[in-house]
Amino acid sequence: MKSATNAYTQESGSETVELNFGHGQKFKRQDQLNRRFLGFLACFVILVLFALVALLFREAWPAIQESGDIFFTDSYWDPAAEIYGGLAFIFGTLVTSIVAIAIAAPVSIAVALFINEVLSKRWGRFIGIFVEMIAAVPSIVFGLWGLFYLAPWVKDTLTPFLKSTLGFIPLFQGPSFGIGIMAASLILAIMIVPTISSICREVFKTVPGHQKEAALALGATRFEMLKLAVLRPSFSGIVGASVLGLGRALGETMAVAMVIGNNPQISSSLFAPAATMASVIANEYAEANSDLHVSALCLVAVTLFIVTFIVNSLARLVVWHNERRHLKKGGV
Amino acid sequence: MLLALSAVIVLAPLFLVFQYVFVMGATSLSWDFFTQLPAPVGETGGGMKHAILGTLYMVALSAVISVPIGVFCGIYLAEYGKGKLASLLRFSIDLLTGVPSIVIGIFAYILVVVPLKSFSALAGAFALSIIILPIVTRSSEEILKLVPQHIREAGLALGLPRWKVTYFIIVKGNLSGLVTGIMLAISRAAGETAPLLFTAFGSNFVNLQPTAPMASLPVQIYTYAISPFEDWQRQAWAGAFVLICLVLGLNLAARLMINGRKLKRKLEKRKAFKAQREESL
Repeated sequence: MKSATNAYTQESGSETVELNFGHGQKFKRQDQLNRRFLGFLACFVILVLFALVALLFREAWPAIQESGDIFFTDSYWDPAAEIYGGLAFIFGTLVTSIVAIAIAAPVSIAVALFINEVLSKRWGRFIGIFVEMIAAVPSIVFGLWGLFYLAPWVKDTLTPFLKSTLGFIPLFQGPSFGIGIMAASLILAIMIVPTISSICREVFKTVPGHQKEAALALGATRFEMLKLAVLRPSFSGIVGASVLGLGRALGETMAVAMVIGNNPQISSSLFAPAATMASVIANEYAEANSDLHVSALCLVAVTLFIVTFIVNSLARLVVWHNERRHLKKGGV
Repeated sequence: MLLALSAVIVLAPLFLVFQYVFVMGATSLSWDFFTQLPAPVGETGGGMKHAILGTLYMVALSAVISVPIGVFCGIYLAEYGKGKLASLLRFSIDLLTGVPSIVIGIFAYILVVVPLKSFSALAGAFALSIIILPIVTRSSEEILKLVPQHIREAGLALGLPRWKVTYFIIVKGNLSGLVTGIMLAISRAAGETAPLLFTAFGSNFVNLQPTAPMASLPVQIYTYAISPFEDWQRQAWAGAFVLICLVLGLNLAARLMINGRKLKRKLEKRKAFKAQREESL
């Protein structure tokens, strides 16, 4: 707070105009008041965030003391016996998100290229709005659709196909019930496409036009031009976009909770049901009646929070680094 | 071409979802859905009047909480966004955007449900308001930052105090942009399920008291969707249909507002250009 008022006096010297009409002092006081008021609200928001983190840790503390040692090493989760091993949830969250990224990243990069480089401006905007509409659909609707439409499709069409073509890999073995890691990853992939593709479009826009023209002038085909002049310089931006998409996938709750099967186990098959950190909280929190159970779920939430925090900061770092590099280039 | 194929792959699920929801939803939608309370288990019929009202109630309440705070924080970031406090605020907003909604639900549970000793609409609205707060702040900041610096300087040069420049020139002139951001944020809040599961919890009656459990459309869809009764599942589809109309309607309206403004500006420019040319002739 103090630093803010200091900053004000510094700034006011250079930016606001001092008038000798007798209003100067009054205006200055009013401005200071306004500035204080805004600063107070800012402090309030920061405080909310701190409260969020602090309260989560406080609630999770009993579980850390009680079963902190097995939480990260064991996958046996039994609220009735008060044994809380959370490894299966961490595993489920990571696997579904990574598979989702593996599906969504190439597709969304291709869509971003298609909209930016192939389509005319008007059509590009039209398709772009459609792609962004995916982000606006509530996750519960995706969950509903996944449960009644996608899961049966995975069971009846996708699984036999994958088994007959890629069945020798352990990932694609084992019985399929429709609901499971595969269905959850597909839903997640659909949901994160708009995130990745819109950031990729921003990144591709920063590629200067003369670079593309230079590639074409050197005799590159259109495909080679896209590969050499657009994709290669924006590689770090693409990585940042994908990681940001990963951050979104990690925290997604409802759609995943409805199609993943909610079975805390670690399995090598992508068709097996599993559980994620978010889905176990959604399923058990309202019904948890022992204090330790609530606390263990809070520990799950803390873990989820930390994982998403790390992933998001990583993504921001990459994107930010990329932006700065471009600024430097533009300056020269 | 490969790229066109990828666009088809991306848009196919969207159309499939829409087609499925519209077909299933429209066929199970009836007037009763909007005017009736849920029927007891085993009986057909009934509706989701309580859930629709609950969603509107909680979203409105959350907007009342977070829109002023969010807009003021956006103003702070856009106008005074250089100090230490501002960068800390920006970092917090970034962090809040990334927090999974279910974790925010737990936070609301600890902060509101535990002291009040009951699930309540207030807790649900609180959770929703924390979800939309960073969205409102970010969009307000982005929009106010687009205002050219010389407009601020012109206001100051007229001898106005800075706060008057901020509120009566910068904010007032960009009100429609701010409203667009708020609408986008609200459309997000209307579709959230996860944080409401254990804050507002749900109920089977119309309830307008902020301290009692309240039903909401997404949670009601969830409970009905995972139920084994076919009639309830049909109700869930109808609910999804209504929800998607509500959310996408808000979203598209906000987007059209942006585009409409752009169009207006373009027309004005063209007019001015024409007038100028005629003058020169």
